Amino acid sequence: MREIALHILDLIQNSIAASAKKVFLDVNEDEEGYFVFRICDDGKGMNADLLQKIRDPFVTTRLTRDVGLGIPFIAMSTEQSGGHLTIRSKEGVGTTIEAAFLRDHLDRPPLGDLAATIRVILVTNPELQFIVRYRYGNNCFEFDSLAVKEMLGDEIDFSFPEVYLWLDAYLKQEISKVRNDQEAT
Amino acid sequence: MKTLEDLKALREKLKGDIKVRQKQGTKIIIGMGTCCIAAGAREVMSAVLDELAVRKLNDVQVQQTGCIGMCEKEVLLDVIRPDEPRITYGNVKPADVKRIIADHVVNGRIIEDLVVGKIEQEG
Ligand code: FES
Repeated sequence: MREIALHILDLIQNSIAASAKKVFLDVNEDEEGYFVFRICDDGKGMNADLLQKIRDPFVTTRLTRDVGLGIPFIAMSTEQSGGHLTIRSKEGVGTTIEAAFLRDHLDRPPLGDLAATIRVILVTNPELQFIVRYRYGNNCFEFDSLAVKEMLGDEIDFSFPEVYLWLDAYLKQEISKVRNDQEAT
Repeated sequence: MKTLEDLKALREKLKGDIKVRQKQGTKIIIGMGTCCIAAGAREVMSAVLDELAVRKLNDVQVQQTGCIGMCEKEVLLDVIRPDEPRITYGNVKPADVKRIIADHVVNGRIIEDLVVGKIEQEG
């Protein structure tokens, strides 16, 4: 994948396929020299056997499962950038994924268009509670889809064009604010 | 400058649209499996969302689906107009989106050179 934001989109598809109602995404541009993101969901989780198999590209393709295929890709990408991928999961509780890349490694993909990723997830899953935290140094932006939904009321959601246009502009603005503030220090 | 406060005004403005949307409208379904995403599915979906907003096509529903085993023909985009067959377009690029929406979604003309599948709907 060309962008970390595309890996994030792919991994969250797994959360949705696992019937998650709530997904927390934490992106940190610089955690002691590492670019780190974490995805934590309350989906149905995996047992130890599946958890082990999901990292193996051959097992996942042979089972022709439609989820989890992206795991070997992200595992490879983190390893090539001097980082790691950790997956913890418990059946009936949920799954947490942590991906770390050496921030300045030549093979680290750029974050890419995080706003586009968030928007696509919310338009196609308007019922999901999606909490996003984007951090860079001491600057931070937090977003909770539930807070937006409360403002909009029961009948209006992210699938309305006016709402998703607003969302895109708002996310882009807040993400670049965090970046600019950090780069100014 | 956008703020969460903008949503209050949006809520008032959109109240009138809710009834219009309750009709069964056209559906656009985009494949969002792993290779679909690598092949550009997010960009295609973003282009769809932007074009629907520009044309104010508020009653078109945009949905996603997982891998359907046609990875070599990605990006895959289906259009289902009410009471018409489900048409699957393949190798869709963001640049094709305007044409798909203008010709097919709005005017009901299938774009034959992009079609990779057709399923008659039941009932
Ligand atoms: S992942 Fe796109 S059709 Fe298989």
